[in-house]
Amino acid sequence: MTMIDTPLTGRVEGPAGPSHPADHAHGHDHGHHDSPTPLGFWIYLMSDCIIFGTLFATYAVLGYNYAGGPSPKDLFEPGFVLIETALLLISSVTFGVAMLRAEAGKLDGTSLWLIITAIFGAGFIAMELYEFRHLIHIGAGPDRSGFLSAFFTLVGTHGLHVTSGLIWLITLSVQLRIHGLTEANMRRLGTLSMFWHFLDLVWIGVFSFVYLVRLI
Amino acid sequence: MSTPTTHSHGTMGKLMMGFAMSIILTIIPFGIVMGDPAMSSNMKIGIIMGLGAIQIIVHLVYFLHLDTKGEGGWTMAATMLAIVILVIVMAGSLWVMHNMNENMMPMPNDMKALMDAQGGEAMPLDMDNMEHGGTEETGH
Repeated sequence: MTMIDTPLTGRVEGPAGPSHPADHAHGHDHGHHDSPTPLGFWIYLMSDCIIFGTLFATYAVLGYNYAGGPSPKDLFEPGFVLIETALLLISSVTFGVAMLRAEAGKLDGTSLWLIITAIFGAGFIAMELYEFRHLIHIGAGPDRSGFLSAFFTLVGTHGLHVTSGLIWLITLSVQLRIHGLTEANMRRLGTLSMFWHFLDLVWIGVFSFVYLVRLI
Repeated sequence: MSTPTTHSHGTMGKLMMGFAMSIILTIIPFGIVMGDPAMSSNMKIGIIMGLGAIQIIVHLVYFLHLDTKGEGGWTMAATMLAIVILVIVMAGSLWVMHNMNENMMPMPNDMKALMDAQGGEAMPLDMDNMEHGGTEETGH
C-alpha cells in the first residue's frame, strides 16, 4: 500500500513532476509545501475569475441595450478611468514592495508599505463610489437600461472585492503589529498579496473592455 | 529567513520590471482613446484588447509569479482549467445570444410602446399601426 500524497498530507507531485529543492539557488521558494493554503487560495481565485468571466459575458451581451438611455460615450470619461487605473496599479506595486519587506523580515517596512497600499486602494474605491453616485444622480443608475445594469453589476462586484481586500488589509496590519511576522501572518500576507494582484488583473479587463473599447 | 508558506518569491527588479511594462501597456490604450489617432475603429479595438491581454499575462508572471513549477505545477493546471472555462463561457454566451438575435422574428424595436399604442391588447393585428410604432422608435 502506498500513501497517496495530497496537499493535506504532504508534498504532491504535479504535472511538472517532482521539484528538487537542491537544484535551486533559492531552494526555499520551491522546496517546502507545508501549507495547502496558497494552492487552495489560487483555486479560489480561479473560481472568482470565472464569476467575473460570466459578468464580462453579460456586459458583452447586454452592453448595447440602451433602452433609449445614455450610451458609454455620454457617460464615461477616459481621464477619470486613467486615474482609477493608476491608483490600483500603484497599490499593486506597493503591495509587492510590502511583500519583499516582509520576506526580508522587516516588520516596520511591511506595515508602512501596507498602509501606503491601503491609501491608494481607498482612493480607488472613493473614485468608484463618486462615479456611481454621479451616474445614479443623473438618472443613469442600474435600473435605467440593460447596459447600465450589466455595467453596475460588473464594476460593482469588482469594487466590492477591493473593499473586502481593504478590510482584510487593515485587519492583517493590526495582526502584524500584535503578533509580528509569524509563519501564520506570512501565509495570510501571501494570500492577500495574491488577492490584491488578482483584482488589479481583473481591472485590466474592466478598463479595456468596459470603458475604453466602448469609447472608440 | 525561510518563508515556505508564501506564494510570492519576487525581487525588487522583477517588481519594477512588471511596473514599467504595465505603465506602457496602460498608457498606449488610453492614448488611443484620448489622443484619437487616425486609424480604423476595428484597429483601435484590436490594439486595446490585444494590449489588455498582454498586460494580464505581465501581471500573472511579474506580480502573481505564475510559472510552471509553483506548487508542483498545480497552480498552472488550475489556471489553464480556468482559462478553458472562461473561453467556453464567454465565447459561448456571445455565440448563442448572437444566433438568437439573428433568428428572432422581425419585430418593432420597442414592443412596449407598440402595445401602448394598441391600447394594451396582447397582439397587434393592424399592420399599419405596427409599422407606425416601429418607425417611431427607430430614431437612432
